[in-house]
Amino acid sequence: MGRAVGANVRRKDGDAKVTGAARYIDDLTFPGMLFGATIRSTIPRGEIVNTHHDLSSDFVVADYRDIPGNNYIALIDPDQPCLSEGEIRHVAEPVLLVAHADRRALFGVERRVRFDYREQSPNYDPETSDTCFKKISIDKGDLDQGFGEAEVVVEGEYRTGHQEQLYIETNGVIAVPGDGQLTVFGSLQCPYYVHKALVGVTGLAPHRVRVVQTETGGGFGGKEEYPSMLACHAAVLAMKAGRPVKMIYDRVEDLLATTKRHPSVIRHRTGVTRAGRITAMDVSVLMDGGAYATLSAVVLSRGVIHAAGPYRCDHLRIRGRAMQTHTPPNGAFRGFGAPQTQFGVEAHIDRIAETLGLDPVRLREINALRPGDTTATGQKLGSDASALPVLREAVKRSDFKKKRRAWRGTNRGIGLSLFFHGSGFTGAGEVKLASKASLELTATGARILVASTEIGQGTRTMLAQIVADALALPFEAIEVHVPDTDAVPDSGPTVASRTCMIVGKLLERCARELRRKLGTATPAQYFKAHGPLTVTRQYEPPAGQVWDDDRYAGDAYGSYAWGCNVVEIEVDPVTFEVTPRHVTAVAEIGKAIHPLMAEGQIQGGTAQGIGYALLEEVVMREGRMANAQLTNYLIPTPMDAPSIDVAMLERPYAHGPFGAKGVGEMPIDGPAPAVINALRHCGFDLRSIPATPERLMKARA
Amino acid sequence: MPVDARTLALQRPRSLKSALAMLSKDPALTPIAGCTDVFVGLHFGTLDQRRFIDLWGLDELRGIAAGGAGRAGKAGQGLRIGALTTYSEIIASPIIRKRVPMLVAAAREIGGAQIQNRGTLGGNIANASPAGDSLPVLAAADARIVLRSAGGERRVPFDEFYTGYRASVRQPDELITAIEIPPIAGRQWWRKVGTRRAQAISKIMFAGVNGPVVRMAIGSVAPTVVLARKAAAVLAGGGTVAAAQAALKDEIAPIDDVRSTGGYRLQVAANLLAEFWRDTK
Amino acid sequence: MIVTINGKKRRLDVPPMARLLDVLREDCGLTGTKEGCGEGECGACTVLVDGVAVDSCLVPAAHVDGCKVVTVEGAAAAKRSARALQNAFVEHGGAQCGICTPGMIVAACTLKAGCSRDEIKRALAGNLCRCTGYISIFNSVEAALPPARKGPPSRLALRRANARARRR
Repeated sequence: MGRAVGANVRRKDGDAKVTGAARYIDDLTFPGMLFGATIRSTIPRGEIVNTHHDLSSDFVVADYRDIPGNNYIALIDPDQPCLSEGEIRHVAEPVLLVAHADRRALFGVERRVRFDYREQSPNYDPETSDTCFKKISIDKGDLDQGFGEAEVVVEGEYRTGHQEQLYIETNGVIAVPGDGQLTVFGSLQCPYYVHKALVGVTGLAPHRVRVVQTETGGGFGGKEEYPSMLACHAAVLAMKAGRPVKMIYDRVEDLLATTKRHPSVIRHRTGVTRAGRITAMDVSVLMDGGAYATLSAVVLSRGVIHAAGPYRCDHLRIRGRAMQTHTPPNGAFRGFGAPQTQFGVEAHIDRIAETLGLDPVRLREINALRPGDTTATGQKLGSDASALPVLREAVKRSDFKKKRRAWRGTNRGIGLSLFFHGSGFTGAGEVKLASKASLELTATGARILVASTEIGQGTRTMLAQIVADALALPFEAIEVHVPDTDAVPDSGPTVASRTCMIVGKLLERCARELRRKLGTATPAQYFKAHGPLTVTRQYEPPAGQVWDDDRYAGDAYGSYAWGCNVVEIEVDPVTFEVTPRHVTAVAEIGKAIHPLMAEGQIQGGTAQGIGYALLEEVVMREGRMANAQLTNYLIPTPMDAPSIDVAMLERPYAHGPFGAKGVGEMPIDGPAPAVINALRHCGFDLRSIPATPERLMKARA
Repeated sequence: MPVDARTLALQRPRSLKSALAMLSKDPALTPIAGCTDVFVGLHFGTLDQRRFIDLWGLDELRGIAAGGAGRAGKAGQGLRIGALTTYSEIIASPIIRKRVPMLVAAAREIGGAQIQNRGTLGGNIANASPAGDSLPVLAAADARIVLRSAGGERRVPFDEFYTGYRASVRQPDELITAIEIPPIAGRQWWRKVGTRRAQAISKIMFAGVNGPVVRMAIGSVAPTVVLARKAAAVLAGGGTVAAAQAALKDEIAPIDDVRSTGGYRLQVAANLLAEFWRDTK
Repeated sequence: MIVTINGKKRRLDVPPMARLLDVLREDCGLTGTKEGCGEGECGACTVLVDGVAVDSCLVPAAHVDGCKVVTVEGAAAAKRSARALQNAFVEHGGAQCGICTPGMIVAACTLKAGCSRDEIKRALAGNLCRCTGYISIFNSVEAALPPARKGPPSRLALRRANARARRR
C-alpha cells in the first residue's frame, strides 16, 4: 500500500470534465425557476433620492426593505450592504434586484430603471483618502541602528495595478427556497462563508440554510468572498418570489462589479553595506481597498508580512495601510497581497545590486533567509527553509549567469526573482477557524467530508490520495462528498494555500484513527459487524507556534514554500512588445502529493504572473472599468504563453500531510518582478506593471 | 446587454438576385454573413438594428478566381475574391498565397481559428472598423470593391470607398459582391501590432508594397484606413526614411483609447515604415 | 429547421437569429458547451459545424439549418481523435477546472496526428484557459495525436506513458 501520494493518479473529476458531463451552475435548472438580475448604481458616490421604473407585475422587484435579516454581507467588518439603502460608494453598487420567469425579459432591464442621484465628489486616490480600513506596523530591531550600519542607502517606489481573476466561468448561483428554509447552489470556493452571510441576510436559523458547491470553473480567490453577495441577492429574490432564482453574471457584469486584486504602492528605503549585506529595511505598503473593507485587512496583513522578501534583516520597519476609494471593492486573488509586496522588494533588490555593482544572484545569496534565521516578524525558520536551494537550482537550470553576460546590450533580457509564501491563515487565524474534517466509512472504503472545494487545483484527488495512503486502501476506494453544508463540517475556506497542508493533515489524522479502529478488518467487514463509522478531527496548532497579534510578531505561518523564477524575454525594438520566451520556475513545496497537479499549479500561477506583468490592466475611468470586455481585458492566449520549465524541490514540513506545504498561490508571486528585472537587463527602467509597450517606449524616450 | 433573438427578423434569400430585390424594397435590412462582428454588437447592445438579411447561403458570393481587375496588358494576373470568402479560405488559397501574401499574413492574425472560419472579407469591409484587419492590405493592394444592387453593378477603387468613420459610398440597397485585386508588382509587407499575439484588436497595422509603385496603408490610426501617399512619394522619389517618417506623421491622426496611446501609435507607425523599407529592399 | 446534432437529426423550432450556443444548451439540453464571454473571445463555446470549429455564441441558428453540428458530448462518436484527446487531457493535466475543456477538446479535434506544437497553438489560439498556462494542454494534445500511425494511441501506450510520468 501507500502508492497514491507522490503518484500521478487519475483525476477523480477528469472524465466528467472532458466529456461535458460535469455540471456547472448554469447547467442546472429547477422547476418554476426564475432568473434574477441586479440593478446597479451608475455613479461612484452620492445618494439615490428617487427610483423610477416601469416594470410590470410579472417582474419580482426587491430592494433593501425586502431583506428579512440584516442588510450587510457578513465577512470581517459589517460595512458592506447587501443592497444599498440609498447611499452609494462605488459605481456598480447593487441597489435593486429583479426576477422574471423569462431570462430574456431581463435583457436590458437596467434601462427600465432610473435613479435620481444627489452626487458627491468621489475620491479615487488611496494616498489622499480619509478612510483607512486597516493599518499594520511591523517592527524588528532598531531601524536607526540599522541605517547607522549602512554604507549605502537605496530608495525606490513600485506600483502595481488591479488584476482581474478572469475565471472562465463567471459567478453564478441558484437559490431554492423551501418551507422556512433555503438552499443555495453555486460556483464558489467557501460554502461556509456563504452560509454565514446567508444566515445574516435571511434571518433564518443556521440549520435551515444549506449551501452546496457546484462544479466550479475557476476561482483564484475571485470566488472566495464575492459569492456571498451574489448568494444573498438570489436568496432575497427567491424568498420574496417563493420560487427558485438563478443569477448568472455575464462577463461584462462580472468584470464591472466583482472584486479585483488590490492596487498597491510599495516604497523601499534600504540600508546596505558595500559588500552587499542588508542592514536596514524601511518599507511602506499602500493598498487601494475600493469602497468597502471586505478582505482588505487580511490582504494587507499577508502583504506586509511578505514585504521584506525572503531576506534576513535585523532592523526593519514595515508600515501598511489599506485605504478606501470610491471604486468597486477589491478582494481576494491568488497571492493575496504577497504578489504586490514581493514585486516591490524583488524589483528593489535588483536595483540595490545595480547600485552596488553586485551580481543580482550574489546579493540574494548573501541576504537570503537560511534555516535558523528570523523573518520580519521574528519567526525562526526551520530546516525546511529553502531560499538558497531554489535560488541555486533556478540559476543553474536556466544558465542565468551565462545568459546575463551574453545578452547584455541586445534585445534579450533575463531576470530573476526570489520569493516565499506562507501557507495557511496568518498568525492565530487557523486557531480561530478551528477547522474540522470528517471521514466516513463506506462499504468499500471511505468518504471524505470536508468543506474544501475543488476549483481546478485538484482538491478532490489530492485529499483522496492522502486518505488512501493513510488508510492503506486503494485510491479508487476513497470518495469525496460534494461540499454541502448539510453534510460536511466547516473545514474553513479554500484559500490561503491551506487545503493540502491544513485540511489534508486533518484528514490524515482522521484516516489514521479510522485505520486504527478497523484493525485488520476490511471496510465491508467492519460495516457489517459494527455499522457506520465517522471520524472527525479538529485543527490543533503545532506545539510552539506562537503569534502576537498586537505586536504583529511571532510565527506568522506554520510553514513557507520557497520559489525562484528566471524569466527570459525579448523586446521588439520596432514595437516595444515584450515576448516572454521562457520561464524557469523552481518551487520548494514540502511534498508534491500529485506531481502533475502540483506542476499544473506552478505553470498556471506562473502564466497568471506573466499576465500581471505584461498584459493585464484594468483601465479605470471615473471609477468605472472602461475595458470590461474580454477583447479589452487581456489574459495570455496560447500564442502568448511562454514555455515553463518547472522543478519541484521537497523539504518536508513536519506538520503537513506527508510533509506537504502549500503550493497554490506562491507561483504567482515570482514572475512579475522577474520580468521587470529582465527588462532592466535590457535597458528599460520600469517600476510599475503592467510593462506595456507604451510604457516601455516612454521609458526609453 | 444582449438582445432577445425573438425580436430579430431574418430574411433568407435563396439567390443574389432575390437578395438584391429584397434590399431594393427594404434598404433598412442589415446584411449578415459570418456574424463575427454583428453578433458581438448585438451582445453588447451597440448595434441598434433588428432586421437582417442573411447572405451566408449565397454561393454566388463565394469563390476565388484569377482574372478580373486586369489593367490593360496584364489581364489574368489579377484576382477576384468573393465577398463571402472567409479568412480560413484566404489562408488556404494557393492563388492568394502566391499573389497577395500580405492578405494571407493579415488573415492568419485575425482572432483565432474559430473567427477565421466564419469572418468574411466582405464583412470586414462592410463593418468598416478603423481597426479592420484586411483594410490596410486592400488599400495597399489598390483593390476594387464590386458593388451590386438590383439596378446594376459598379466598381469602386478601395481608396474611394470610405468617406469617414464607419461610412462608405455603399448605398443601403447595395451589396459588396467581390473584391478585385490587380496584379501587384514588387515586395509585399504586412505587420499587425496587436494587444497580444492572438484574439487581438490591432493597435496599429501596416501594409506595404515596394515595387515600381510604392504604396503604404496604415490602420487604426485614423477614422478610416490611411493610404500614406505623401510618405510613399518621398520613398518613391528616393527620399530618406527619416523624411518619409516625417511625412507619415502628418498623414495619420492616432488617438488614445483603452488599448493604446496616440503617441505610441505615432512612433510605431514611423518605426514600421522604416522596418518595411528595410525588409523589402 | 433540421439540424444533425451529434449524429442525431433534430427538428428545431427556434428564432433564426437565436445564438447556436443557446439553442444547444437550452433547446437541446446539451450543456457541455459553455458560455465564457458571449463575444467570441474565449472559445469555451466552440463546436464543429460541418467539421469546422466555430464560436457558437456568434452563430445564428439559421446558419446550421441542414448542417452537422458536433458538441463535446458527441465528439467521441464523431471524431476519431476525440477519445484519445479526452483521455489525454485527464492523464496529462490538460483539464483543471474543466470549464474551457469542452471548447479545447472540440477545437483540438480539427488537428491531425503528428501535428507540431506550433500547429497546436494556432488551432487553440482562440481558446482561453486561466488555470493551466497552456503547457499541459499542449502536452495533452501531443500525447493524443502522435505522428502518423494506424488509429489513435492504444490504451496500453497511454498507460505506459502515465507509468513513466509517475516514476518521474
